[in-house]
Amino acid sequence: MISGSTIIFYLLAIQILGCGLLSVSTRQIFRAAIYLLFSLIGIAGIYFWLNYQFIAAVQIVVYVGGIVVLIIFSIFLTQKAGEKLPAQKLGRKVFAALAAVCAFALTMLQVYKYDFKPASDDVQPVTVFNIGSNMISTGDGGYALPFEVISMLLLAAMIGCIVIALRTKPETT
Amino acid sequence: MMEPGLYHILFISAALFFIGVYGFLTRRNLVTMLMGIELILNSVNLNFIAFNKYVWPAKMTGLFFVLFIIAIAAAEAAVAIAIIINLYRSHHSIDVTNDEDLKY
Repeated sequence: MISGSTIIFYLLAIQILGCGLLSVSTRQIFRAAIYLLFSLIGIAGIYFWLNYQFIAAVQIVVYVGGIVVLIIFSIFLTQKAGEKLPAQKLGRKVFAALAAVCAFALTMLQVYKYDFKPASDDVQPVTVFNIGSNMISTGDGGYALPFEVISMLLLAAMIGCIVIALRTKPETT
Repeated sequence: MMEPGLYHILFISAALFFIGVYGFLTRRNLVTMLMGIELILNSVNLNFIAFNKYVWPAKMTGLFFVLFIIAIAAAEAAVAIAIIINLYRSHHSIDVTNDEDLKY
């Protein structure tokens, strides 16, 4: 008997992989962005399926709401509407697909050979309270230092973006 | 049909990783190459969460790795798009084959 959660898992898997494949193979760049969006939503669904609600919410907010919107903006700014991407050489496609499939087969062979066992029986519940208290704790299992480093990195990246994208004044010669 | 577990999620994440690699290798447009990179980063996140859930549930190490990877991915995408838009302004194309003068 197949349970509902199993069916949902396989539907999410089909959505992730199908939309991912379409996203890298379609020749219309805007459609590629939309397929990427649905693939990322499928991954958020897998996080919900695993009961990691906080990560799922972060995934939807940052990836679906932030990065895909940025990508769509940059498509609008850099592409002519309705223009298809030029077709790639067949040889390049064949060799890229061959490399990807061979590496995938090798990886999965190694994964199936190894027997993953749970390292311990005690489970720390994934609640927002636990995440927050670990995030700002400096003791064992605390992540205060990486948190600060990440905030510095984000600040530097944002300033870097502004500097890179600044329109340079036309030289008056 | 088996009950989905760790190996199923590892299968999805490995497949998604190599879909991203395929996209990165075949695309010649900077925005679509960035999409391939996003797929790769997401497959890695999925792996971390799966291992955290099934192998090491006593601590939330994988979860925090994913949080930090998502933050870095956001910064990376923002910087990449700033560079792409700047490149489009100066070259009127974001095709990597046209940007060989970056080499010199």
